[in-house]
Amino acid sequence: MTKLYIDPITRIEGHLKIEVEIDGGKVKDAKSWGMLYRGFENILKGRDPRDAAQIVQRICGVCPTAHGTASVRCLDNAFKVKPPPNGRIIRNLIFGSDYLMSHILHFYHLAALDYVKGPDTEPFIPRYEGDYRLDPKTNKVAVDQYIKALDIRQKCHQMVALFGGRAPHVYGMVVGGATEVPTVDKMVSLKWRLKEIKEFIDGTYLPTVYLVAGAYKDLFEVGAGCKNLLSFGVFPLDDDEKNFLFKPGSYTEGKDLPLDQTQIKEYVKYSWYDDKTTGLHPGKGMTVPAPDKKTGYSYVKAPRYRDLPHEVGPLARMWVANPVLSKHANKFLGVDAKKEIRFRDLGDKAFSILGRTAARAEECKLVADAMDKWIMELKPGAPSFAKADIPKEATGFGLSEAPRGALGHWITIKDHKIDNYQVCSATIWNAGPKDDKGQLGPIEQALVGTPVKDIKNPFNVVRVVRAFDP
Amino acid sequence: MSISRRQFLKLCGATGAAISVSGSLIPEIVAAMEKAAAGNPPVVWIQGSGCTGCSVSLLNTVHPNIAEVLLKIISLKYHPTIMASAGDKAFEYLFQTADKNKGKFFLAVEGSIATGAGGKYCIPGKLKGKEVTFVEMMKDLGPKAAAVLALGQCGAYGGIPAGKPNPTDSKGVMDFFKDHGIKTPVINIPGCPPHPDWMVGTIAHVLMFGIPELDSDGRPTLFFGTNVHDNCAYRSYYEEKKFAKLFGEEGCRLELGCKGPESFSDCWKRGWNNNVNWCIHNSLCLGCTEPGYPDRFAPFYEKTTG
Repeated sequence: MTKLYIDPITRIEGHLKIEVEIDGGKVKDAKSWGMLYRGFENILKGRDPRDAAQIVQRICGVCPTAHGTASVRCLDNAFKVKPPPNGRIIRNLIFGSDYLMSHILHFYHLAALDYVKGPDTEPFIPRYEGDYRLDPKTNKVAVDQYIKALDIRQKCHQMVALFGGRAPHVYGMVVGGATEVPTVDKMVSLKWRLKEIKEFIDGTYLPTVYLVAGAYKDLFEVGAGCKNLLSFGVFPLDDDEKNFLFKPGSYTEGKDLPLDQTQIKEYVKYSWYDDKTTGLHPGKGMTVPAPDKKTGYSYVKAPRYRDLPHEVGPLARMWVANPVLSKHANKFLGVDAKKEIRFRDLGDKAFSILGRTAARAEECKLVADAMDKWIMELKPGAPSFAKADIPKEATGFGLSEAPRGALGHWITIKDHKIDNYQVCSATIWNAGPKDDKGQLGPIEQALVGTPVKDIKNPFNVVRVVRAFDP
Repeated sequence: MSISRRQFLKLCGATGAAISVSGSLIPEIVAAMEKAAAGNPPVVWIQGSGCTGCSVSLLNTVHPNIAEVLLKIISLKYHPTIMASAGDKAFEYLFQTADKNKGKFFLAVEGSIATGAGGKYCIPGKLKGKEVTFVEMMKDLGPKAAAVLALGQCGAYGGIPAGKPNPTDSKGVMDFFKDHGIKTPVINIPGCPPHPDWMVGTIAHVLMFGIPELDSDGRPTLFFGTNVHDNCAYRSYYEEKKFAKLFGEEGCRLELGCKGPESFSDCWKRGWNNNVNWCIHNSLCLGCTEPGYPDRFAPFYEKTTG
């Protein structure tokens, strides 16, 4: 039995450490340690509720618009205000643009270097050595795409800024809707910019994902995880929220179930938080740090849905919504182009490192295609914002999906101020530690069983972790 | 190709619109930076209690683009979000690089320094089997650097993590250095996030001409020397007393809570994300370049200034 620490895990957002025990060339046990506490929930207490949508964006500089979206939805719910259609659509467009940015960044700049050998210069060296399988020509193409994708993701942020004001950390989303009234010139500008991004996703990103996958086919068998999946639903398509681009729901112990947010609890036995605060629903949640707690090994809580660990992210969303895949998938799977393949047709292959990677790329195309339609649904000159007063006393919640998975915010307002604010973010679901019953978190479960050939260069361990885009 | 300091300052001060029409001038900056960078000045980028937003903003640089910055101008020895390596291999390399380049490397600090709980609120890695807190990293690396670029609100002034009640006793680099008697020069590049031009422009200035002129808050006057409200495109509305009361209305944004009168930056002419938009055009300024943000400007959406 060998114990291995990877600390820091790089090419992620935040401070994460992974500990694995390896026996007979395979991971037998895993621990995911979250090594940063900033105390956002405690910083929010006592503030003007409207300010929350700004403060929470600083939780994550890679997905600020996800926290912004969850927060304005939470405030809409507490303030009892419904944004006008333009407000809903502009929020979708800001957030959608950031989705595209995040997925492209993840594949090319966060994950790719686990499969592609970068240039022989810092910061691409030092690196793990050994398991790079692309032939030199394909590898060169991939490195060129790394550079091209830097420009593409930068342009996605230009799209975010068109209605967001700037990126990252946008101003354009507020309780009651969006801040800008759409104009025809902005709509045209967004549509033209999106055209270039769509061409990149269709012509470069998707085919490259399958090209790389072809060289690493065994990674469709690695990293299955807990196989419980949770999606809060994202991109409301109508003002009554009857339909979402990716619908809410869970896949729990092999059954499809409708979403019930009251079934969420956060456990802290193995987290550096006061034991008295364990097992609470986030609506009543507390954040009391206990950095010296002996049983603790993470500043991340362990959220559970129906008392079970659930994976969140592109795999969960795609499995729950089960959309038709691109023709690139047909080609990869050797299926006639005329036949429709849906995500669940991947079967068990979906529950793997490459299943998650393919889900993300396929989803990226679906978001880009949908955005193209949303732009034309805007009504130029019509309001995007509905004013609402801060309630004296209220509670509310807002659910959404960060690019990396289900995200919920809960608020209690007293005397027009924030009395309690709780955030249950995507990476908390995936990278959290064991719960009070000892059930491993989703990344921990996905690591168990992972083959590790060379403990000096534990490629598969970091591949599993990064496939969750923590 | 050489470029005078005067020309450089002029180029940096040019508006976003001017930059896009004067593309022929931009290669000069890149070439000059490349020349100044011959020998590739080592840059070490570390992250404390932050959100990676400064790094993401850096990636948004347009002229020069990020590939040019990384491959031609600086030698980025360590960056947790970008580098290939992980674990011991990465972390040992960080400390070796600092020792090898003592007094020569530039330390970019993103995120605040959480000094509470003996530094245990932020533990970025493990060295030879021992956890290293961000406080320990700053104490080790800070004195060895030629200069520190304190990035964003967090690196410069403590930022959001230092917002009331500052649960982790978070601090910016200057305050931390003062507490620990570390004398390395610090350049603050605040903003939440900082504009990529402010980061790349400051790096360029440091490489070509040394540390730029700083204001009393430790920021380069080149980028933070003008008042947002005095130069705002909506200023004439203010003079006419035409104020927007709701988002989306025409008028000066003061009554929506705009903090332009207390803010010093060149957003008003530089714009954001290749100048497709900027905060006040979209809604309002929240003072993210100023010491004391966020508490000094809260509540954000009430008139607290002007």
